[in-house]
Order: sequence, then structure tokens, then C-alpha cells
Amino acid sequence: MALVFDIGIVSLLIAIGAWMIMARDTLVAVIIFVVYGLLMSIAWVRLSAVDVALTEAAIGSGITGMLLLSAAARLRQTEGAGARPSFPVCIAAGSLCALISAGLAGVVLLPADVAPTLAPLAVANLSDTGLENPVAGVLFAYRALDTLLEKVVLLLALLGVWSLGSDRAWGGAPALGAYVPPNDILVFFAQVLPPIGIVFAAYMTWTGASHPGGAFQGGTVLAVMWLLVMMAGVARAPPISSTKVRWLLVAGPALFLAVGFLGFVIAAGFLAYPVDYAKALIVLIEVALALSIGVTLALLAAGPPERTPQP
Amino acid sequence: MSSLLHAFTILAVSAGVVFFIAGTVGLVRFPDVPTRLHALTKADNVGLGLVVLGLLPYTGGLLGASKLVSVWLLTLLSGAIVTQLIARAVR
Amino acid sequence: MQHSEWSMMMSSFLLVSAILVLASIAIGLVRILYSRQAADCMMAAQLVGTGGIAVLLLVAVATETAPTGDVALMLALLAAFASVAFVGGMRGTGSKAAEGADK
Repeated sequence: MALVFDIGIVSLLIAIGAWMIMARDTLVAVIIFVVYGLLMSIAWVRLSAVDVALTEAAIGSGITGMLLLSAAARLRQTEGAGARPSFPVCIAAGSLCALISAGLAGVVLLPADVAPTLAPLAVANLSDTGLENPVAGVLFAYRALDTLLEKVVLLLALLGVWSLGSDRAWGGAPALGAYVPPNDILVFFAQVLPPIGIVFAAYMTWTGASHPGGAFQGGTVLAVMWLLVMMAGVARAPPISSTKVRWLLVAGPALFLAVGFLGFVIAAGFLAYPVDYAKALIVLIEVALALSIGVTLALLAAGPPERTPQP
Repeated sequence: MSSLLHAFTILAVSAGVVFFIAGTVGLVRFPDVPTRLHALTKADNVGLGLVVLGLLPYTGGLLGASKLVSVWLLTLLSGAIVTQLIARAVR
Repeated sequence: MQHSEWSMMMSSFLLVSAILVLASIAIGLVRILYSRQAADCMMAAQLVGTGGIAVLLLVAVATETAPTGDVALMLALLAAFASVAFVGGMRGTGSKAAEGADK
């Protein structure tokens, strides 16, 4: 019976994916994409990957959905003006996609004799770090360098988005949301939901050490709550030249880097943790990262600066 | 005793599924957007409430149960507000 | 009945319920997204959010997976935010469908 359910959800996902590609209106396609992300998180739970399910729901439906909506709105003026690609280009693209799909299917369906995996080793050595969630162990202990570089890449992406603004508007604030009347129901929503979201984000960040969760999921919920507040007009989008915002952006990666260098002094080397304080240091890093990720993702989705800076 | 719990779960979850199906039927058959919104929100929220009620014995402790109930309350709140927003966008 | 027989029966029952709710979501989605009117598409996040939470909880209890209350909370919060974003996106830009919407 579980197999019937799995077949059902996989067919639904494939059908939705195909529909998203064939949708005519860009906004409808973005809505289908968000729906796809929400359903995909159920599939991830079925695969026992609860951390990925949380991240898929948060990023795929919240941040990426918002990003795609803004992009679709910006492209609205140019929609329909481009020429359709010629027939040979379509054939070439189609055969390349088919080739890649066949390759992926071959890798999945014809497994090697012994699938290479480090999972048992990762779980066995987890007690040294003081963590109980193996995903957190991989992110912050075994592959901490990758996580640090990812956070820096997020900042670079934000710089990329900021650079899309005109030169005049550099240092100004993103234009987010149409005018909202002060007693609107959206304002009520933006006053009631964020406290719940912030508590949930704090819980997600804290529980990531032993249960599925972590800094990324908590930070994304923070970003989503701040986006809601900005969209409702309860708070204004900050100008990108604001010092407070810039400090918040770099606080997480900077703390991570500082702890990494501290590893030279108190432990074995760069990004190594002393055995007694490993969990405390990791949780500290996660809290700082959650804040930075929240601010970064929210500003990413808010878009490039459009209002010229006030003196 | 536990067979009573099983029967309770089966009843509650079945009723919940019936409400979900009714909500979809309303969504498909009603003539305009406000009535469709009404069918979607009310029926699906009651359906979710009944499903949560039926699954409460299986959630392991007070913390898990209160998490599920708060999920339902959050869905109620956001459903009420989002319905207003969508209906206003139609006018 | 034996305890294990009850468990298997309960598990199958919950999975069948999950399949039924999933089918309701699918049919609702087809109806919503094929519509000419913008407001119908805005309902998609709410439909999938509520139904998705139900499916998630049923499947989690049926297969005895680890705590999914967190994923359910995440889905609830984000479906709400996605609905607000859809309303803003479709209203603020005036999509082709919105321009032809009936009153």
C-alpha cells in the first residue's frame, strides 16, 4: 500500500513538472513551481530526509517563489517580444536533455556492487562532536569548510542582485510591495504571524543539533517573516547602505571564520573544535548564521535598490 | 481499550477525508470565485482538524500533540486571512 | 484481533486516506490552474498547503517515520506566506488572466 502512495505522489510530481514547463503565463508557472516544492517536501519525508524536506518547503516555496515572482514581474514588459527558437535548436536541446536524463537513470537504476557511502563512519564518530543530528555533524564538523564557503557565496549572490540596480539608486532601498492602507487585513497578518515565525525559527535553529533542523531552515523562516513584514508595509525595506544591515549580513560568516581561525590556537587546526566545547561553539555559529542567512535571503528576494538614497 | 482508540481514529480520519473530498467537489462545481474560496477554506480546514484529531493518539506525548493542534490553529488563522485577501483581489 | 494485525490494518487505512486526499489535491489543482481567472490560481498555495499537511501527517503516522510535526508547521507557515506573495504578485503586475477576470 505504501508503494501505491509512492507511485501516486511520483506521478503527481512528474505531471506537475511537465505542466509547469508547458504553462503559457509566467505567473501561473511560478505558482505551479511553488506547489511543486510543497509536494516535493512530502516526497523527501517519504525518503526519510527530514532536513531536506524542511529546506525544500522553506526555500523552494518561500524564497525561490518570491524571487521568481519578482523576476516574472520585471520580465512582463518583454514577454512575447522574443522570437521562438528555431526547429534545429529545439531538436538539439531535446536530445541533450534526453541524453542527460538517460545518464542519470542509468546511474540510479544500475547500481555498483557496493554503493560507496560514508554514512556509517559519519554516524559512528558523531559522539565526539556532541551532536546527535548527523546532518549537522556533516555540515559543521566534517565539511565545515564547505558550509563556510556556501555562506560567502550567498553574500556574493546578494551583491549580484544589488548590482542590478541603476547607478543612481545605489545605496537606496528596494521597492517592495504596493501601497497598503494602514488598517488592511494584510497589516494584521504581518503583525500576528511573525512572532509565531520567529519562535519557530529559534526552535528550528536550536533543535538542529539533535533533531532535523538547523541554521539554514531557521534563517529561511526568519527571512520569510521579514519579507511578509516588508510586503505589508509594517516596516520599510532598509537602504542597502545601512550599516546595521551590513553588519548583520557579515556577522554569521565572520563569526564562523573567527571560530575557524581560533581552531589554530585551541584545537588541531583551521575549523577544528576542542572536544569539550565543540557543541557550544557549533550552536553559537548556528545562531549567528541563522541571523545572517535570514537577512541575506530576505534582501535577495527583496530585489535590487530602486529608490534613490535619501541624504 | 486500544481497539476503541483505533475505532476513534478510523472514524475521525474518514470524516476528515470526506470533508477534503467535499471541498474539492465544491471547488470544481461552484460557479464563481467567492463560493469556490468558501468551499476550499471551510471544508479543507474542517477536514484537516478531523485528521489531526484522529491522529492525536499516535503523536507521542503532549508536545507532539500540541504541535499538531497548533498547526491546525495556524492553518485556520492563515486560511481566514488569505481568503479575505484573495476575495478582495477579485472585486 | 492481534496487535500486529491492527497495526497493519491501521497503516493501510491511513495510507488509503492519504492517497484519497492526494487525489483531491490533484483534481483541485487541475480545476484551479486551468481557469481563466487570476483569483483561482491564488488559491493553489492554500489548497496544497492544507491538503499537503494532511497527507504528510497521515503518511508519517502510517509508516512510523520520525517527528513530522516540524515539517507540518513549516508547510503551514510557508503556504500562508506563498498565498500572500501570490496575491501581491498577481494583483500588482496585472497579469493577462487578471485583466480578463470576471467580477
